[in-house]
Amino acid sequence: MVDDIKTLPQISRRGFIVGTAGTTAVLAFAGLSGCSAPQESVELKSFEPTVWTEISSDGRIKVNIAKAEMGQHVGTALARVVAEELEADWDQVEIVHVDSDPKWGYMVTGGSWSVFTTFDQLSRAGAAGRIAMIEAGAALMGVEASACEARASKVIHSGGEISYADIVAQGDLSRSFTDDELQAITLKTPSERRLIGEKMDALDIPAKSTGKAKYGLDVELEGMVFARPVVPPTRYGCTINSYDDSAAQSVPGYMQTVEIDDPSGTCQGWLAVVAESWPAAMAAADALDVDWSPGPRAETNEADILDEGRRLVADPSYGAEWVREGDPEAAFESAAQVIETAYTTNSVFHFQLEPVNALATQVDGHWHIHGGNQWQSLILPVLAEALGVAETDITLHQYYLGGGFGRRLFGDYMVPAALTSKALGRPVKMVFTREDDAWLDCVRSPSVQSVRSAVDADGTLIGYEHRAAAGWPTYSMAPGFLAEVVPGTGKADSFSIAGADHWYTVPNQRVAAIRNDVAQQTFLPGWLRAVGPGWTHWAVEQHVDEVAHALGQDPVEFRLSLLDATGRNAGNAPESVGGANRLANVLRRARDKSDWANRGSLPDGTGLGVALCTGQERTMPTWLACVAKVNVNRVSGEVAVERIWQVVDCGTVVHPDGALAQIEGGTLWGLSMALHESTRIENGAARDRNLGTYTPLRMADVPELDIEFLESQEFPTGLGEPGVSAVAPAIANAIFDAVGVRVRDMPMTPDRVLAALRA
Amino acid sequence: MVKLKLNGNEVEVSSPEETPLLWVIRDELKLKGTKFGCGIAQCGACTVHIDGVAVRSCVTPVIAAENAEVTTIEGLSDQDDHPLQQAWIETQAPQCGYCQSGQIMQAASLLAQTPNPTEAEIVAAMNGNLCRCMAYTRIKKAIALAADRMAEE
Repeated sequence: MVDDIKTLPQISRRGFIVGTAGTTAVLAFAGLSGCSAPQESVELKSFEPTVWTEISSDGRIKVNIAKAEMGQHVGTALARVVAEELEADWDQVEIVHVDSDPKWGYMVTGGSWSVFTTFDQLSRAGAAGRIAMIEAGAALMGVEASACEARASKVIHSGGEISYADIVAQGDLSRSFTDDELQAITLKTPSERRLIGEKMDALDIPAKSTGKAKYGLDVELEGMVFARPVVPPTRYGCTINSYDDSAAQSVPGYMQTVEIDDPSGTCQGWLAVVAESWPAAMAAADALDVDWSPGPRAETNEADILDEGRRLVADPSYGAEWVREGDPEAAFESAAQVIETAYTTNSVFHFQLEPVNALATQVDGHWHIHGGNQWQSLILPVLAEALGVAETDITLHQYYLGGGFGRRLFGDYMVPAALTSKALGRPVKMVFTREDDAWLDCVRSPSVQSVRSAVDADGTLIGYEHRAAAGWPTYSMAPGFLAEVVPGTGKADSFSIAGADHWYTVPNQRVAAIRNDVAQQTFLPGWLRAVGPGWTHWAVEQHVDEVAHALGQDPVEFRLSLLDATGRNAGNAPESVGGANRLANVLRRARDKSDWANRGSLPDGTGLGVALCTGQERTMPTWLACVAKVNVNRVSGEVAVERIWQVVDCGTVVHPDGALAQIEGGTLWGLSMALHESTRIENGAARDRNLGTYTPLRMADVPELDIEFLESQEFPTGLGEPGVSAVAPAIANAIFDAVGVRVRDMPMTPDRVLAALRA
Repeated sequence: MVKLKLNGNEVEVSSPEETPLLWVIRDELKLKGTKFGCGIAQCGACTVHIDGVAVRSCVTPVIAAENAEVTTIEGLSDQDDHPLQQAWIETQAPQCGYCQSGQIMQAASLLAQTPNPTEAEIVAAMNGNLCRCMAYTRIKKAIALAADRMAEE
């Protein structure tokens, strides 16, 4: 089904044990088969914990984190969830980012899912630990467990108290919970919480303020050599005819060039230049002369991909249906008016600041790959195929990620490092230059979208159709996650259509995802922060605005009229309680804060625009309303964004300051993609390679941000991505409010704005 | 052999003279806090001080630092407690953190020359430092906070 990645069994439901191993208490989800007591199980390490926490006899509490840290302070948020129910002393909590051992279960960090998917399980793990501590502490004090409570890593009784540290030092912890018992634990109500939602400092920030945080690029191993990849003109189908390293030979430190033979097909026509130092490898690679036979898409350009997209959206025989409600065909037949608009987006880089890199080595037959990664479970089988070994013969070692944004969901950069190490029989640290990194980047695909609305004679919206064509990341990298939603219409990439399944009530709807094979054959489309909604909302939220204006209605009031929370938009417990009512609620708040009603009195060329966003999946909605205030220069076409309001309802906020940081960063990402950054596929690969021509938002471009989280005690939903998606359509709608023209192509560059003004 | 002072210590470097200072610092002298981002002096992740002035070490040959004082994030303060570092933590500025050594070194150079910068001066000094997580509002806030603290001392 469509939420497969999100609902994969991240933690096995086999029960939970608390036992002592030496001077440490171990809290673990574990198999309870066999007759061994929990303590014996812990001592023998016969359990296979899929998540665990350790309490040392000195009181330190170590929470193992299987999620990648790439700026979202995820370890802090997840440890906070455990510590809340465990009644841990937060000052004693530490986090450890773990390797790819199978015991940690399926490993992926993305989709803004981390808190959402683990909140309940981590809460129960913490609660089980607290119960075990109270029982053991009560026994040591000779009192009834029911007369005790836990606070700040202590078990407290009216007659005295004992610390968790002392319990671990003295106690024989041996407690197990069946899965049913675990599920039966009553978790705290929101008002009983002491840690979640309170201000706290992220545990990773001090190391990131002193240069001590260790990223993949910082890892060294004894005896390693450096390598730089030499990449072919296009990603697919290039073959090496010959190469000449005679010029490279004169670079001091140059060692050799390796032609990469990759059974996994990840590297097609690659070489690796190996040297004693990285600068030598860089220089020698520049000096290498390679003759390639180009791949079949060596002459394909961005315009070819967009033209193909236009052809596909115009032909109803293409596309997998993602939503079908009522009878859309009949609605369009009977419509008094049909409003049809089309939108495009250009290619966008991840441009995470740490260029991709990996350090690979084989020790006693086992492969160790060091480097930051977001989806270990996706790249392990690829590495196994490339190296010709079993997945169990490979361990990925995790570090801080110098930016993720979806780039490191695919660990393709690990493959050439591993194969070069295999060819040399020694540890190889492969670092990509920024230009190499940009070449390999799985850009956000260019997209073409067409949206139609059917309106009856009374001006009521009776039908809606959205057709979206782009390269599909999931088709190339994880085809098992494609999903057929409307039977008989084929499989769709949820990550290339999510967000088009909006929360507006329209009786007859059809939404179709269309794979653009010209894109697919030319480059590797990537999952990029906000993923589908990062560009589907661009179409939905402009189109809804355009329909409102066509019907002579206020864009806010028109949206509110469609957010009636009926039928499929009523919401479900626990993740979307309240449904579209919560979206209407954030919209009203944003309307009021931005003085929407008085926007007519703004100076000439200045306007307000609104857009909504609900995150990636309808099964994990984060309710968000955005208003942008822009000033358009009619002469230069430049758009100055003066202020952005974001009002967010993400249910319970686990880490308030971290949540704010995510929306701050997401908002500016949205702004950067709306106005400042994009590339073009040119001759089969992205045209831009570095900051000389690729121009993400800088400090001088930052507008005033007004971000508000609504108080909520509902189930927590994700925050890494939703801040992005509403910004671009809000700006487009504000441009229309300011100067009366529509810019339907992203980014909204001055030349596009001028073209619209002159049309 | 190039001689220079790194964070107060005399060092001799065996890398070729044209080697970018960044890689000498990271790979020969083993201080990993200074980062590689773009290699063309456009992102600022590699920012260090030469005689107190912020430079992009990715395009600075090591010979340019001969007999000079090179300061990296590791040498900015004795106890990792430079007012900027404290302000970085207080404002919870870093997200992924990768650019932050360079941001802090750039800001330290600014405050050394302009102890009480206006917002416009902060933006002008910092605009060459890319933060891909876009933690810009907090970086700006942290610099202003550190400047206030340093003025009080």
